[in-house]
Amino acid sequence: MEQLVIKAGGWFALALLAAAAAVMAADTGFAVHMTIVAATGLLLAALTLNRADYGAIVRGALRMPDPGRYDDDMVRWGVIATIFWGLAGFLAGLYIALQLAFPALNLGIEYTSFGRLRPLHTSAVIFAFGGNALIATSFYVVQRTCRARLAFPTMARFVFWGYQMFIVLAATGYLMGITEGKEYAEPEWYVDLWLTVVWVCYLLVFGGTILKRSEPHIYVANWFYLAFIITVAMLHIVNNLSMPVSLLGSKSYSAFAGVQDALTQWWYGHNAVGFFLTAGFLAMMYYFVPKQAERPVYSYRLSIIHFWSLIFLYIWAGPHHLHYTALPDWAQTLGMVFSIMLWMPSWGGMINGLMTLNGAWDKIRTDPIIRMMVMALAFYGMSTFEGPMMSIKAVNSLSHYTDWTIGHVHSGALGWNGMITFACLYYMTPRLWGRERLYSLRMVNWHFWLATVGIVLYAAAMWTAGIMQGLMWREYGSDGYLVYAFSEVVKAMFPMYVIRAAGGLLYLAGAIIMAVNIGLTIAGRQRDEKPMRDAAFDPAADRPLQPHAA
Amino acid sequence: MSYDAMRHFADSWGLVFMGLTYLILIGWHFRPGARRRSGDAATMIFTDSEPKGSDHG
Repeated sequence: MEQLVIKAGGWFALALLAAAAAVMAADTGFAVHMTIVAATGLLLAALTLNRADYGAIVRGALRMPDPGRYDDDMVRWGVIATIFWGLAGFLAGLYIALQLAFPALNLGIEYTSFGRLRPLHTSAVIFAFGGNALIATSFYVVQRTCRARLAFPTMARFVFWGYQMFIVLAATGYLMGITEGKEYAEPEWYVDLWLTVVWVCYLLVFGGTILKRSEPHIYVANWFYLAFIITVAMLHIVNNLSMPVSLLGSKSYSAFAGVQDALTQWWYGHNAVGFFLTAGFLAMMYYFVPKQAERPVYSYRLSIIHFWSLIFLYIWAGPHHLHYTALPDWAQTLGMVFSIMLWMPSWGGMINGLMTLNGAWDKIRTDPIIRMMVMALAFYGMSTFEGPMMSIKAVNSLSHYTDWTIGHVHSGALGWNGMITFACLYYMTPRLWGRERLYSLRMVNWHFWLATVGIVLYAAAMWTAGIMQGLMWREYGSDGYLVYAFSEVVKAMFPMYVIRAAGGLLYLAGAIIMAVNIGLTIAGRQRDEKPMRDAAFDPAADRPLQPHAA
Repeated sequence: MSYDAMRHFADSWGLVFMGLTYLILIGWHFRPGARRRSGDAATMIFTDSEPKGSDHG
C-alpha cells in the first residue's frame, strides 16, 4: 500500500512540476509540451491509484498469450506501434508529395504547410516506424540468440513507452514549428535529453541481456544491434550539444558554429543512415533471413568482415553531404573516398544475404516473405551502389540539391528498410501470438507487389526529375546566361511529382493491407484461401512419355 | 595538442593503429580452428529457439 502511494505520488509530483513549467513557460510550444507531460503524469497517477491490472486487461484485448519462455510483451507492443507509426508516416509522406504537385494542399495554414509536415514525415518513418521496428526486433532477437529473458524487464517497458513519448513530443513540436533546424535531428534540447535517458536504458537492457546469455557465442545480429545502439547514442549526444535560451523555453542554440556545425550535423546525419538505417536493419537481416529461409547465413566470416568494414568506414563518409561548400577540400575528398570504399562491404553483405538462399531459390517463387527479403536486399545493393556513385564530386555537382537525392533516399528507405521491416513483422506476428500461420499469405503477396510497383514509380520519377532538374539548372546559352528560370524547372517537374505521389499511394495501400492482415492474425483468424505453392496437376498428362516410333 | 599535430598524428600512427586493429579483428576469425566455431555460431539460431508448436510461418 505504502509503495502504491509513493508511486502514485511520484507521478502526481511530476505532473505538478510539468504544470508549473507550463504556466511559467517562455513560449507557447514549450507550454503545450509541458501540458502533454503533465497530462501523462496525471493519467499514470490515476491508473496507479485505480490498482486495476491494466497490463492484463490490455493483454486480453490484444489477445497476447501468457508469458512464455521469453519476455515478449514489449515486442508485441512494438509490432503494433511499428504498424501504427508506419501508416502515419506513409500518409504524411503521401500528403506532402501531393503538396509538391498541388501547392494548394498547404491549405494556407502554418500547421499543414510543407515545411512543418516534412520533418514530421521523415521522423515518423525513420524514428517512429524504423525505431520501433528496431527496438521490437532487437528485443526479439537478443532473447532468442542469447537464450535468456530480457534483463531489467521494467526498464524495457520504460524504453518502449519512453520512446513513444519522445515521438509524440517530437511530432507535436514539428507541427508547432519547434525545431533545431538540423535534418533528422530536429527535436529541441529537452526532447533530446529525454531521448538520451531512454536510449541509455535501451543500451542497459540490450547489453544486460547479452551479459546474462546462456549461449557462448554472441550471434552476429547482436553485434549489429549493439553497434547501432552505441553509435546512435554517441551521434545523438554530440550533434545535439546546445545551449537553451531559457530553461523554460523551447529554443536553443548549437554549441558549434558555421561549417563546424554543418560538419557535425552531417557526421551525425550520414551515420544516422549508416548505423540506424543500415547496421540496425542488417541485424534484422542476419537473423530473420536465415530463419525464414531455414538455412544458415551463407558465410558467417563474411558477415564479420561486413560488420567491421562498416564500423571502420561509415563514420568517415559524412563530409560527402557538403561537397563544394566551405568545408575544406581535403575533408570533402576524404568523405568521397570512404563512401566509395563502403561499396565493397555493402555488396559483401548483400551477397551474403542473397546467397543464404543458395539451394533454396525456389522459395522466392513460393514464399512471399522470402520474396520481400530478397527485394529488400536487392534495394540494399542498389542504394549502396548509388550512394557511393553520388558521393563522387563530379556526379554530386549534378545530383546535389535535386530530387535525385530524394529518389536515392527512398529507394533505400522504401526498398531496403521498409521491405525488410514488413518481412520481419510477417515473420514475428504468428510466433508472438502463438498462431499457426498468418491470416493470409496471398495478402502478403499483394503487399509485396503494391510496394514494389510503388517504389519503382517513386524512384524512376525522382531520378528523371532530379537529373532533368540538375541539367536544366546548369544549362547556359551561347549568350552566357542561364537558359531556364527556377520556376520553369519547377513547372517541368510537375508530371514526375504526380507519378511520385501515385507511387506513394501504392506503397501506403500495401501497408494498409499489411495492417489488416496482421490485425486479423492477432485476432486469431485464418483466411480460407488457395495455397500459393500448388503445382498444376493434370491426371491425363501424369504418365510416362511415349517412346518415339523409330 | 594543436590542430596541426593532431592532423599529422591522424594520418600517420593513428591510421596505422586503425588499420592494424581492423586486420586483427578480421584475422581473428581466420585463425586455426575458427571455421568450426563460425559454423557453430551460424547454426545456433536453429536449435530449439522457439517453444514447440509455434514454429510455423
